[in-house]
Amino acid sequence: MTQEKEKDKKEKRILKINWQAMAVPLLAIFTALVLGALIIAFTDETVYAAFRESGFFGGIGRAVEVIRIAYGALFIGAFGDPKLLWEAIVHGDGEAFTQAIYPFTETLRVTTPYIFAGLAVALGFQGGLFNIGAEGQYFIAGLATVFVGYSLKGVPAIIHLPLALLAGIAGGAFWGAIPGYLKAKTGAHEVINTIMMNYIAFRFAEFMLDVGGPMARPDSFRPVSPEIEPSAYLPQFFPSNSAIRFNWGFFLALAAAAFVGWLLYKTTLGYEIRTVGQNPHAARYAGISVPKTIILTMAISGGLAGLAGATDILGVLHFMPNAFASGYGFDAIALALLGKSNPVGVVLASLLFGALRAGARYMQGIAHIPLDITSILQGVIIVFIAAPEIIQTLYRLKQKIEGEEGVVFTRGWGQM
Amino acid sequence: MRKHFLAFVSLLILVSMVLTACGGKATEAPATEAPTQESGYRHIKVGMVTDMGGIDDKSFNATSWKGVERAIQELGIEGSYLESQQQTDYATNITQYINQKVDLIITVGFLLADDTAAAAKEHPDINFAIVDFAYDPPIDNVRGLTFSIDQAGFLAGYVAAAATKTGKVATFGGINIPPVAAFMVGFESGVNYYNEKHGTSVEVLGWNTAENNGVFVGNFESTDDGRRTAEEFMSEGADVIMPVAGPVGLGSAEAVKQHGDAWIIGVDTDWTVSASEYKDIILTSVLKNMDVAVFDTIKMVASPDFEGFHGETYVGTLENGGVGIAPVAAGAVSDDVLKELEDVKAGIISGEIDTGWSSYLASLSN
Repeated sequence: MTQEKEKDKKEKRILKINWQAMAVPLLAIFTALVLGALIIAFTDETVYAAFRESGFFGGIGRAVEVIRIAYGALFIGAFGDPKLLWEAIVHGDGEAFTQAIYPFTETLRVTTPYIFAGLAVALGFQGGLFNIGAEGQYFIAGLATVFVGYSLKGVPAIIHLPLALLAGIAGGAFWGAIPGYLKAKTGAHEVINTIMMNYIAFRFAEFMLDVGGPMARPDSFRPVSPEIEPSAYLPQFFPSNSAIRFNWGFFLALAAAAFVGWLLYKTTLGYEIRTVGQNPHAARYAGISVPKTIILTMAISGGLAGLAGATDILGVLHFMPNAFASGYGFDAIALALLGKSNPVGVVLASLLFGALRAGARYMQGIAHIPLDITSILQGVIIVFIAAPEIIQTLYRLKQKIEGEEGVVFTRGWGQM
Repeated sequence: MRKHFLAFVSLLILVSMVLTACGGKATEAPATEAPTQESGYRHIKVGMVTDMGGIDDKSFNATSWKGVERAIQELGIEGSYLESQQQTDYATNITQYINQKVDLIITVGFLLADDTAAAAKEHPDINFAIVDFAYDPPIDNVRGLTFSIDQAGFLAGYVAAAATKTGKVATFGGINIPPVAAFMVGFESGVNYYNEKHGTSVEVLGWNTAENNGVFVGNFESTDDGRRTAEEFMSEGADVIMPVAGPVGLGSAEAVKQHGDAWIIGVDTDWTVSASEYKDIILTSVLKNMDVAVFDTIKMVASPDFEGFHGETYVGTLENGGVGIAPVAAGAVSDDVLKELEDVKAGIISGEIDTGWSSYLASLSN
């Protein structure tokens, strides 16, 4: 009976695109881009020079020009140059085509670990848990993956690749389950424990990979692991052009998003996770084992973060460096917020962040705008999302509809 | 009413955040087009890829970029940089420069070694240079930029021996690998040379070339290890310490600053600049002048008769200015010693004075 109601509600929500809910993120992104444009114009010396030399309108004109160049480069860097793409299609030139779509493949490549890590944090949020440990889970998964990748030799790819991926999932899940266990059994807060587990992961990776360490490349003065066997590589999408590193990991990420959506909304476990997230007391009263659910949530979350590390190694790097630090684990918190802890939202947010990162690189090369502009854009977007009142006031939006289900982030301190 | 007020406050906070964020960066928009001048050099394009430290790391990346900037001004070339934020960015950044068809791609540091080698083999028509690394066997179109740091370490040892009041100087390393040991071998030889000249018996703690043994903290990160090691050395009576372990040395500097009457010798860059909070206790610094190496490489590629690299390695020495020591702290040693230092430098350049490096290397392979 209750389940049916739940299902009914769910279907309604899936069918109806909730513009009210979409408005704030979209306007947040738009406003951030406007602010970014202002920053770009205000920090450009040539704009000031134009104001001095050719008066007010000259200065404004120069500012518009600078912004146009910068955002033009951001767009081309993220999605490719439409002109080049068109020419390649018209001439049927395969090589020019891959060259033209290269920027977009880079966007998708950066998006891949973002999706995994974002899903990891989003799943935690749904379960009322704040997993700040995605970065550490990414490291441990990297170690497990690369170990399977280089130590197994002569195994066919059909076995080797899944094994390496599983190792990554297992590594991340193990690392996530520890703070989950501590939370479930002792009430120790997962925020503290996942942060601490991050440090342990970093130092452990250092120990394993440092020159002369157990997993270091023999006869090398560099702190890196050996190369993995080609049988463990995630297949490239464009093997003919080695510069394009877009690989099947992206589709794994989409599959993971579908899996999380299914898990959360179509399974008993997902129902339990969300119930524990919203009200653990009610969950316990309803006969759900809260400790078990917490441990499982953290383990699945860790496994997802682990896949970010595994696909980075199997698809892109093919070895693990000591300096594996990625920042994905921390950006992932922003992604989960921006995506409202919803798998589809996380995928869209990841695409945005991926495009910003890939585009910023081109913007730095062409327009000489520091990479940090993307950090500012991302930060501003998150501020707007976290404080929707700014956007609502700015654009005179109606306040939240009464009774709408809010996003569960995490419960306060010391609760169980 | 309250809502509006809240929104207003959040906006204020936001704007102030944005302003502070751009305040730091605004001034350092990368220079590109230089005032055109007739220099006789080709107007080449140079791209530099940093490691994860970023362009303003006050260390390898910043120093290397100084070399590019100098080339922009003096040779009229075109130069830009791309910052890497993580390991997977290296190849992306190199690819971007390849697509822009630059004439020379400079990568900074050993972290980029794999990606640089892969790109160089794929694109034999593009010139590469990699800072502080050399390939074995060499790659034809890559110039490795390396440094005979033992020569500069020798000078630092000489200064240390002159500056000590307790008759004990110390050094320690991160890990016992040749790039680290080079500092320490030169340092010990410099101290011994001073003893020979002046009939003193200054003792070196923490390293012994003959036994290839010394004090190593085992990492290049822990400032805490640096602090502890410095405290041990000071309690043994050392009053000059040269930490060869990157940021670990900052911990040593902190220990000296807090409770110690001792000097620190900086490594790689001039620590009175890169670690300026400790500038009062920096005796001198053993310099890898990456800017000199980078400038030399750009000049080579930009010269009209350049026909490509042939897998050669640049070796920075005292002679070509690729290595050196920073100005010695005022009043730390007498003017006579500073004068002698010039003679020592000349002696190393001419080969009269042996830094002990080649015999050390030979002993390693036995």
